[in-house]
Amino acid sequence: MPRVAVVVFPGSNCDADTLAAARAAGCDAYYVWHRDTDLQRADVVVLPGGFSYGDYLRSGAIARFSPVMASVAAHARAGGPVLGICNGFQILCEAGLLPGGLMRNARQRFLSRPAWVRVESTDTPFTRLYQVGEVLELPIAHGDGRYVADPGTTAELEAGDRVVWRYVRDNPNGSTNEIAGICNAGRNVVGIMPHPERRNAPVLGGPDGARVFLSMEARNATQHAVDVRAVGDSRV
Amino acid sequence: MTAYRVEVRVMPRAALLDPQGQAVEHALHALGFGEVARVRVGKHLLLDVEAASRDEAAARARAMCDRLLANPVTEDFDVAVGTG
Repeated sequence: MPRVAVVVFPGSNCDADTLAAARAAGCDAYYVWHRDTDLQRADVVVLPGGFSYGDYLRSGAIARFSPVMASVAAHARAGGPVLGICNGFQILCEAGLLPGGLMRNARQRFLSRPAWVRVESTDTPFTRLYQVGEVLELPIAHGDGRYVADPGTTAELEAGDRVVWRYVRDNPNGSTNEIAGICNAGRNVVGIMPHPERRNAPVLGGPDGARVFLSMEARNATQHAVDVRAVGDSRV
Repeated sequence: MTAYRVEVRVMPRAALLDPQGQAVEHALHALGFGEVARVRVGKHLLLDVEAASRDEAAARARAMCDRLLANPVTEDFDVAVGTG
């Protein structure tokens, strides 16, 4: 059972949904307040959606200096999985843990509605239970969701199979190359604008987001299997 | 040490779409200001900075922009220091 730390910033508002989605997927999920620096032996860190610090200055710009973020960066540098959802994605970009940035939606308005994304890569800790090419219906709820990066960075993301989700049918916010989510070069840090935690059960309109959280558990199970084999080998 | 009044201007990077600027431009055209073009909307910050010299105040303000006040991926900034 992976230990999943859900970081709570002042202004987070998807923390409870994210905790519930992780627990529903069989994870041992718990909150970590942004002033704490101890991630309590987390296997996975999730930065949830919301409006940390009221989106003052820029979305995520102030949260990235919260005391907890040094621990999140250390966890990420050690290869630990980190998922940023919506405001969490903005914070990861502001912190430099993901390239690029998120700007005002092209048509200015805050959007709260379903969107459709195609899974472009299953080689991340959060998408391994999906199939490449699957189209998911996930809610979006953002004003600053337009992913932008310079042409060089965009080319690197595309060439490195680092676009994890891409909008299909329409591009709600005008993001570069219809990008809805990306990962870092190490593939352990992932950001997504739509909200998988809001679509993880039929009662919430569908199960399309559930495997983001089930993938954490699957990764953990695989990791344990490898550990057990390694122990077995050393005894031989 | 002197308190210098520092003005920081942060603008969306020129190559990037500025939907706020576009909306303002459309509104100005609708009001009959047809001569307006290429409107962009940014931020203007005023800071009092304690420093030994104007150059030091400017250097500190630029460091603040690099760390927090501007996002190097999406924004450009410039700094103007008033008299102490």
